[in-house]
Amino acid sequence: MALYSEKVMDHFRNPRNVGVIEDADGVGEVGNPVCGDIMKIYLKINDEQVIDDVKFETFGCGSAIASSSMATELIKGKPLAEALQLTNKAVTEALDGLPAHKLHCSVLAEEAIKSAVKNYYDNNGIEYDPADFPDPEVEACHV
Amino acid sequence: MFVYADNAATTAVSPKVVDAMLPYFTEVYGNPSSLYSVGQKAKEVLEESRERIAKILGAKPREIYFTSGGSEADNQAIISAARIGERKGKKHIISTKFEHHAVLHTLEALEKEGFEVTLLDVHSNGVVDTKELEDAIREDTALVTVMYANNEIGTIQPIAEIGRICREKKVTFHTDAVQAISHVHINVEEQNIDMLSISAHKFHGPKGVGVLYAKGGIVLTNVINGGAQERGKRAGTENLAGIVGMTVALEEAVAHIDENNEKLSKLQERLIEGLSKIPYSELNGDRNSRVTSNVNFCFEGIEGESLLLLLDDKGIAVSSGSACTSGSLDPSHVLLAIGRPHEVAHGSLRISLGEDATEEQVDYIIKSVAEVIEYLRSFSPFWGDLVSGKRHHIFAE
Repeated sequence: MALYSEKVMDHFRNPRNVGVIEDADGVGEVGNPVCGDIMKIYLKINDEQVIDDVKFETFGCGSAIASSSMATELIKGKPLAEALQLTNKAVTEALDGLPAHKLHCSVLAEEAIKSAVKNYYDNNGIEYDPADFPDPEVEACHV
Repeated sequence: MFVYADNAATTAVSPKVVDAMLPYFTEVYGNPSSLYSVGQKAKEVLEESRERIAKILGAKPREIYFTSGGSEADNQAIISAARIGERKGKKHIISTKFEHHAVLHTLEALEKEGFEVTLLDVHSNGVVDTKELEDAIREDTALVTVMYANNEIGTIQPIAEIGRICREKKVTFHTDAVQAISHVHINVEEQNIDMLSISAHKFHGPKGVGVLYAKGGIVLTNVINGGAQERGKRAGTENLAGIVGMTVALEEAVAHIDENNEKLSKLQERLIEGLSKIPYSELNGDRNSRVTSNVNFCFEGIEGESLLLLLDDKGIAVSSGSACTSGSLDPSHVLLAIGRPHEVAHGSLRISLGEDATEEQVDYIIKSVAEVIEYLRSFSPFWGDLVSGKRHHIFAE
């Protein structure tokens, strides 16, 4: 079997929602260059708390780019509450699986979205439970 | 266009080698240990191969041991020298930080047994300093093992000088010559090499066969126990077709070293010059002391696996030292050993040209690498931070 599923290769070769939203309502960035991957998610959120638009920028391996692309597809047009429920498992399943040592890419995608939502809450003074969000101080590379 | 440029990983078996091997599958298929004719014919060919390989290396036939490849040869060389040293109370081994894992992991296993290992620095150019080596040798040093040419960055080590120092200090010297044998003239006698490993599939021979040269008087320790093949030092029915293929491939490779180097060094120059034009890129390893087939670069702001997958889509087969491609957390230990920070080591690319490479292929590689890097940088937040000044560049533009 090839390293990656056809779905992963498709999202890697033709990533959806690549780019920047200049007037984003929430921006989240996770990972660091020392570990070899960074994901940045931009959210445009409307008054009904629905994600109108989402874009991403990613530095990383094929599965990191594919995970970002798939994650943005899964939350586009969805209410924020629903986007927050997105798990790394759901991203992995939607990609028809990832090799075991690449699973951290889907974790990064989940965390990047949560981080962007948290940024939106912070920007708009919306209260939330910090325990529901990844700790931005944790800089250790994922295995 | 299809360009196979990963010849340091493995090479295609040459048609001449395939032809030479074929009779040993279906005609002379006897076991060299058998006494009837078809077995004894196999034995003759086996010993003739041993003589031919010994002649190329400047060794005696009885100093040539056939193995399953470079890793086995490295393992057996190091373990044998360690056991010899141990019996004399010598439990110190000197090697380098950027050896192949066949060497490093064998040394780690010996460390667990109580051996002390000194790994020499390879500096920013990827070349060992012989003065540092000389200073590291102690009364209890059992072995010095330094690779002839590095597998990732292609840098050639001062092997003859290391051999001279080791001979003077009466320390056994092993070199993993897997990446060097088809690019550098090697003579174990002239270069004072006590043990040497090579692997057939790196020079258009078949996979699964290699050689351990061990100077007469060095008592090898078996890593494979069983029958009395290879003078009792390496059990298992000989891979005769493989050995014949390796012999032909080695003769071909060594006979054409100068002419191949002359051709490849021009292509290497063209490739290095072309890739250097990509902003914020840098060559890894010494520009001059390197095998002519190897070009290895780091590019800022991109990750090596995505680079090589997109190059594969363009028909180019190359490799990277990124963590992603190795399945481990850290990028290449070789790039870290020459002082590359993690963030650029993840963005590395190794191109190892074959002797049949053309200018057209090299230009296609340059163009494709430049295009893919520009594309990957266009949506890399790391690159964005470098451009905006949020993070600092490591290389000059």
